[in-house]
Amino acid sequence: MVLKVMSANQAIAEAVKLANPNVIPVYPITPQTTISEYLAKFVADGDISAEYIRVESEHSAISAALGASGTGVRVFTATSSQGLALMHEIIFAAAGLRAPIVMADANRALSAPLSIWNDQQDSISERDSGWMQVYAENGQEALDSILIAYRVSEDHSVLLPSMVCIDGFILTHTVDPVDVPGKGDVDKFLPPYKPDHAYLDPKRPMSIGTFTDPNYYMEARHDMELALVGAKDVIAKANAEFAEIFGRTYDFIEKYRSDDADTIIVAMGSICSTIKDVVDEHRDNGEKVGLVRVRVFRPFPTKEIYEAIKGASNIGVLDKNISFSVGGVLHNEINAKMDVKANGFIVGLGGRDIKPTHISEIIEKTKNTTKTTQWIGLNKEEL
Amino acid sequence: MVSIGAAVKEPGSTRKNKTGSWRTFKPILDKETCIKCENCIMFCPEGCINKDYDIDYDYCKGCGICAEECPVKAIKMERE
Repeated sequence: MVLKVMSANQAIAEAVKLANPNVIPVYPITPQTTISEYLAKFVADGDISAEYIRVESEHSAISAALGASGTGVRVFTATSSQGLALMHEIIFAAAGLRAPIVMADANRALSAPLSIWNDQQDSISERDSGWMQVYAENGQEALDSILIAYRVSEDHSVLLPSMVCIDGFILTHTVDPVDVPGKGDVDKFLPPYKPDHAYLDPKRPMSIGTFTDPNYYMEARHDMELALVGAKDVIAKANAEFAEIFGRTYDFIEKYRSDDADTIIVAMGSICSTIKDVVDEHRDNGEKVGLVRVRVFRPFPTKEIYEAIKGASNIGVLDKNISFSVGGVLHNEINAKMDVKANGFIVGLGGRDIKPTHISEIIEKTKNTTKTTQWIGLNKEEL
Repeated sequence: MVSIGAAVKEPGSTRKNKTGSWRTFKPILDKETCIKCENCIMFCPEGCINKDYDIDYDYCKGCGICAEECPVKAIKMERE
């Protein structure tokens, strides 16, 4: 194994190179831009034979991706924040047309106020689209998640697109050691995409994306629900085979010192690395603190999260998003779907630093259960 | 049964959508009064009247253009 030092953006581009898509329509946007640049270089250098489409907007990027996927080939695109918001219309269409597109989203705050820094509001706002969503913690997981995403999305029982989310700047622009797998192993894990539900063949013409009257729409949406729920089995199987071939194990959630914990923090993405350090500190002081990191956010791993947190008396859920007047989305989904009383905390919006002291503050605050969502890290003079 | 992604793999599926159900007023053509001028056939935006002056109620949306264009008032619009 050769470890190379690279950013999560480069790790994603390396994964795309290995997955070898036929069409890559992308539009650059901070902090995703270097993904588009690496891929443009791969194509220009002849490292991959993909058609690289320089589109004029993100709406066009995802439209071209959907059109290309409809011809029956593997497609990749990437975006962030305002770009994802501009894609919104076609995001829903891609899921409804069951196009197994894989997209990387460099998580960034949504305007206004305009911000290029990290939070997860952009992808969380697309949660009802029917896309699968994975939140990576580091560059290695970003790379691996792209490969697993293709495998799951293209499974004939799933056929739904996937979004691999990486925290803007925190992952996209910092480097860590990444093992880039060999092409042979990747080909073993990821067979070529051979669709039979939607493809372009003049001998067997079909219409994709037609108008449906009320006799059909509801069944089509119900099929999507069944496919997304059923994707859990496919993800579990893909994770197991991935571990067998590459030696790295992924699950719907990651449990960190949480098995006997009285206090459990639940969070998604890169912040979990900080939380792990804070958990270690508290463990050193004899406090039974643990972390449950939610990796797969859609399909929502209700059972897995519940099994991991039900034994704890204090639960704190961190959200880098806000559904105004309701609270953090992950927090509300956990309380809605599970027999627990978790406390909700809004952190790190628009790139606000989340310090270890903030995590300790949250651990302390979970001791008093309250239905009020608490914002951590606000400037006190602003209150 | 809807196909995956609602892809349409057999031609002619548009005909399964019986747009006649949208109709509020139904054109009734009196063949005794009709002078076979073909006005209604040519003006019908849905092509729902044939050369025998039979109206295809599966797809007639009841727009009433035929009744409006009939020079001898042979078509009456009746509430469904």
